[in-house]
Amino acid sequence: MTRKITALLLITLMICFVAWDLAASEPVNPFQAPPLLALGSGLAANGAHCAALPSR
Amino acid sequence: MTQEVDTAPARSAHVTQRAALIGAALVLSLAVATFVGARYGLLLLIGLGFGIVLEGLRFGFAGPWRAMIVRREPGGVFAHLLAIGLVAVVAIPLIASHGTELLGARAPVGFAMVGGAFVFGACMQIVMGCGSGTLVNAGSGNPVSLLALPFFAIGSFAGAFHLLWWTDLGILPVIAFEGMQGTVVTLLALAAVAGLLYFMGKPGSRSMPRRYVVAAVLLAALALANLVVAGQPWGVVYGLGLWGAKGAAAIGMDLSSSGFWSTTGNIERVQNSLLTDVTSLTNLGIIAGAFGVAVWRGGLSTTLPQLPARAWVATVIAGFLLGYSSRLAFGCNVGAFFSGISTGSLHGWAWFAAAFTGAYYGIRLRPVLGLEAR
Repeated sequence: MTRKITALLLITLMICFVAWDLAASEPVNPFQAPPLLALGSGLAANGAHCAALPSR
Repeated sequence: MTQEVDTAPARSAHVTQRAALIGAALVLSLAVATFVGARYGLLLLIGLGFGIVLEGLRFGFAGPWRAMIVRREPGGVFAHLLAIGLVAVVAIPLIASHGTELLGARAPVGFAMVGGAFVFGACMQIVMGCGSGTLVNAGSGNPVSLLALPFFAIGSFAGAFHLLWWTDLGILPVIAFEGMQGTVVTLLALAAVAGLLYFMGKPGSRSMPRRYVVAAVLLAALALANLVVAGQPWGVVYGLGLWGAKGAAAIGMDLSSSGFWSTTGNIERVQNSLLTDVTSLTNLGIIAGAFGVAVWRGGLSTTLPQLPARAWVATVIAGFLLGYSSRLAFGCNVGAFFSGISTGSLHGWAWFAAAFTGAYYGIRLRPVLGLEAR
C-alpha cells in the first residue's frame, strides 16, 4: 500500500465533511459576506482564534 | 530513441496533471468566493499557499525543533524566528494603528497554559506533526497524521469545552508588547533566542538552508495576508475544535453546558457553514495544498510504514492530547508560537519555552512507543 490510498481517503472524507456541513448548516449568503479585507473595512474583527478567551 | 518515445507521453501526462491541480485550486477558491463570499475565497487561497509552502519546501516546526534538540542544528528554528520577526515588524504596529479591525493572538499566561504547551510540545514530537504539520502530513498521505487528525479535532473540541475550568486555576492578565516599542522588544527577544541557539548549535551546522529562508519569507507574507484579510492572525486549532463541535452537535450533544461553546459567537459558528470560518478555511487550504504538492512531485508512491499496534494507540492518544493541550495553551505552534509572538503576546514566549521543553521528552518517548526504529 502507498500514500495514494491514505491521501485520497483524506481528501474524500474532507469533501464529504464539507458537503455534509453545507447541507446541515445555515444557508450561505455571499451578499451578507464581510468586505474582502478586514483592514480598512471599519468593522470590528469578529472571527474566532485559538488565543481568544471568551468573556463570561 | 526508444526512451524519448517512452518519456514524451509521460511528460505530457505530468503537464496535464499539474495543469489540472492548478485549475482545481483556482476553481475551488473562485467557487467559494462566488457562492460564500470574496473574503472566504481569498482565505482558502491563503490556506492553499500555506500548504504549498510547508509541503513544497519541506518546512515545518516539529522537524527543526528535533534537529536542534537531537543534532544541535539550529537552522530550522532560525527560520521560524526569521518568519516571526518579519511578521512582527509589520503586524505589531499595524494592530496598534487598526485596533478594532485587526486583532492579535493575545492570551493570558497561566498554569494550564504553560502545562498545555508542555504536553503539546511532547506530543508534536511523538507524532512528528504540530498543528500545521498534522494537516500538511495528512494531506500528503502520512498515515500517522491521518489517524491523529480526527482525534486532534476531538481533543481541540474537548479542550475548549473545559477551557474555563482550566483558566480558573490561575491566569495573569493578558500582557502584550504593543506599538513601536513592542516591536523593538519582540525583535530584540527574537535576536537573543537566535544568539542563544547559535551558541548552543554544533559548529559547522549553524547555517540556515536556502529553502528555509525562502519558506520563512513566504510564510511571513502569507501570515500577514491572513491578518489583513481576516482581521486576525493565522491559527489552526480553533477550526479543528469547531469541526469537533459540529460533530458533537450532530450526534445530539448539549453544548450549552460549556462556558466556551455556549457563547453567542461560538453558537453561531457551529450553526453556520465552516466555509465562513477563518481557521477552517485555511486548514482546508493547507490540507489541499499539501495534497496538491504531493501529487505534483509524485510523492504519493511512498510505501506506508509497518508500525506496531502500540504506535497506532500512541498516535490516537497523542492526537487527542495535541488538540486538548493546544486549547489550554491558547494555541499551537501556529496560533501561540508563530502568531502569538509575532503579534506581541507574552503567552507566545511562555508557550515556546514550555513546548520546547516538552519536545525534549517527546523525542525520547517516540522510539519507546514504536514510532521509529530504536
